[in-house]
Amino acid sequence: MPTDPVIEVAGVTKTFAGVRALGDVDFALQRGEIHALVGENGAGKSTLIKVLTGIHTPDAGAITRNGHISTIYQEVNLVPLMSVSANLFLGREPRNRFGLIDRARRDADAAELLRGYGITADVSSPLGTLAVGEQQMVALARAVAADADVVIMDEPTSSLEPREVETLLGVVRKLHEAGIAIIYVSHRMDELYRICDTVTVLRDGVNVHSGPLKELPRIELVSLMLGRSVKEIEKHGTTAFGEGHHADTQPVLEARDLTSKPRIGGVSASIRPGEVVGLAGLLGSGRTETAKAIIGALPLDGGTVLVAGKPVAHNVKASMKAGISMLAEDRKTEGIIPNLSVRENIVLAALPRLSKFGVTSRSRQDRIVDTFIERLRIKVSSPEQKVAELSGGNQQKVLLARWLCTEPKILLLDEPTRGIDVGAKAEVQALIDELAREGLAVLLISSELDELLDGADRLVVLRDGSVAGELEGDQLTREHVLAAIAAEVMDDSDDHAGSHQDSH
Amino acid sequence: MITTPTVTNARTKVLQRQGAAVALVLMVVVSWLTFPRFGSLDNLRDLALQGSFLVVIAIGMTFVIITGGIDLSVGSLYALGGVLAAWGSQYGFLAALTLPLVVCGVIGLVNGLLIARTNMAPFIVTLASLLFARGLLLAITDEGANTYQIPGDSAFVELGRGTVFGFGYPIFVAAVLAVLGGMILNRTSFGQNVFATGGAEQSAVLLGVPVAKTKVLVYTMSGTLAGLAGALTAAYLQSGVTVIGVGLELDAIAVVVIGGTLLTGGMGTILGTVIGVGLIKVIQNVINQIGTLDSNYQSVVSGVFLLIVVVLQRILRR
Repeated sequence: MPTDPVIEVAGVTKTFAGVRALGDVDFALQRGEIHALVGENGAGKSTLIKVLTGIHTPDAGAITRNGHISTIYQEVNLVPLMSVSANLFLGREPRNRFGLIDRARRDADAAELLRGYGITADVSSPLGTLAVGEQQMVALARAVAADADVVIMDEPTSSLEPREVETLLGVVRKLHEAGIAIIYVSHRMDELYRICDTVTVLRDGVNVHSGPLKELPRIELVSLMLGRSVKEIEKHGTTAFGEGHHADTQPVLEARDLTSKPRIGGVSASIRPGEVVGLAGLLGSGRTETAKAIIGALPLDGGTVLVAGKPVAHNVKASMKAGISMLAEDRKTEGIIPNLSVRENIVLAALPRLSKFGVTSRSRQDRIVDTFIERLRIKVSSPEQKVAELSGGNQQKVLLARWLCTEPKILLLDEPTRGIDVGAKAEVQALIDELAREGLAVLLISSELDELLDGADRLVVLRDGSVAGELEGDQLTREHVLAAIAAEVMDDSDDHAGSHQDSH
Repeated sequence: MITTPTVTNARTKVLQRQGAAVALVLMVVVSWLTFPRFGSLDNLRDLALQGSFLVVIAIGMTFVIITGGIDLSVGSLYALGGVLAAWGSQYGFLAALTLPLVVCGVIGLVNGLLIARTNMAPFIVTLASLLFARGLLLAITDEGANTYQIPGDSAFVELGRGTVFGFGYPIFVAAVLAVLGGMILNRTSFGQNVFATGGAEQSAVLLGVPVAKTKVLVYTMSGTLAGLAGALTAAYLQSGVTVIGVGLELDAIAVVVIGGTLLTGGMGTILGTVIGVGLIKVIQNVINQIGTLDSNYQSVVSGVFLLIVVVLQRILRR
């Protein structure tokens, strides 16, 4: 193997607030290769990138850089209010003979440069008016135009549409042909195997594998990332749910004819204690709305919610008092308060119950928080750590803990594993399983069919705001669910094409 | 994420950008027709002179606001600059001009360093220097009892009172600075850095923009310009008046916003700011023309007008 590294690090160690992010990592990027960097969230990828680019200084270890590095981040790091051309040439604007910025030439250069990336938008318009995919391409063009020898791409396709992904991968290949070395960070196996030559797997801040990618079977790669053996993965599948639960016969939650025009019309569902009921359906079929209707966060045109046979007033406070808790889909905007500590985030919902005359007992808080951190295996340096510093999976666990400490009887989970990495996903799934075993009634909303099929005892399939079918036992198969969802599409030939696009 | 104004079509874009200009033209035409004296050369010269001091301050404020900051100290620095110029005039022209520029510039520099290096809120830092500068001013003038006069025959007075075709020198100073300011903002790397800093600070850092340096520079500029405006005013008034400039920082912020600069940063023009000054000054002038109206109503009308402009901007931006 020829060794002509553009970047090489040896024995790099980096710790943050006592938590080790990287431990004795060796990494080498050869000239002209596309190198996949994979690992779960929190495995140290971002830290390694920041060490490579010089944003972080490692505590120990040596770095050798033999070229200019450009980095493209997951979220487009450009200035939306400035024009496309100004963004492209920020910091190296073309000048006229008076030393002033030559705007005409800047626009012309920008337009020509971007044509190579398939972008024909007006370069003098604000960058923010372009589609996200186009913005990403501008970021890429900027990075490459800066005469980079190395381009680091951190999840560049996570916000792109399939068509845009193709364009981007095309550009990556062009860069490769031009001899530019690329570090490609992605969770998407297909992309990795399509374009990458070599792979480095990080786990818990340690380099567990470096080598050619093509020779490494996918399942082997997943097992390296998770630290679980291939056999284990084959046996248990990729989700961590156990077998069915023993449910009581009397439903603890009954929703009857919930109607909220135009989103849902006459949805009924019931959950028994110890049962996980899944809500399946395409995006926009009314899954989230159903959950919101149950907890009283959606104004109703009709329908009732009963907990243990008693009707509950239609507002969130009454629902919570009756024992319903909901984990919202978008944890960034609807759940986590990033600047508060883990402890404060956890006890937030339970505060009214923990306080007497408005005064909260700190020792009771600490006891509860400690219990949940241990039980949900939340990785924190201390309960006083800011939630913003945690990984996505751990943030989700904090939210779960918040609702669990209100001691709910019914838990509504809206996409509990979205946007968290494989390992944390498995842990959250195992937790849901455990909670149901202890007698909690769970309503699980997920866009991942496998998660629903493995995790739920019963599935309610929604389409267009009403129940399209209920599946149980032997019917819990991919085919049955798809048939229930698809029936609609076949009935209704002029159905909006949108529902297909959104199906994953 | 930063919310970006969606550009619906070219016409709203023009209206949005020129909204203040359209309002200014309308105001001028209506005033001209209603008050015959409004259009007189004397009145227009006076109007321009009155506006020129505010333009000088507002240029600095425009830079500061585009970086996403605010500078509350300019009103105090303006008064301090005037007093320092008047005091310095006894040592000649150069002392009268450089003393306020240097002192106010240094206070601006300290503002910038504190804001950029310690990440303190611009509002707090510049509020502190507002108090500091006003206090310093009162201390060196025996609580305002001691007003420094500028000898009538000194060259420095000429800077404030001299005219070309009846137009005062300060008008030309303001015009030159406005042109320079526009050029710096749009045609230099520093200007681009100002936009990038206010448009998306985190991204700007990752794009290699010297964010801290940019901030230090804009506050230094703002302080220096406030000092210059004070010096020009002192030269015009032939004395360092201690009670001026109270609340002037709010006028400056108002004209910048009326001129279309986003208070959240990332977007703005010097031309818009100059138009904003024009609007405010025309309104004040018209109220003076009416004569019977209590001059206190100037602020009432200015306030209402600011609100209308901001609401209009919001509606047009949809």
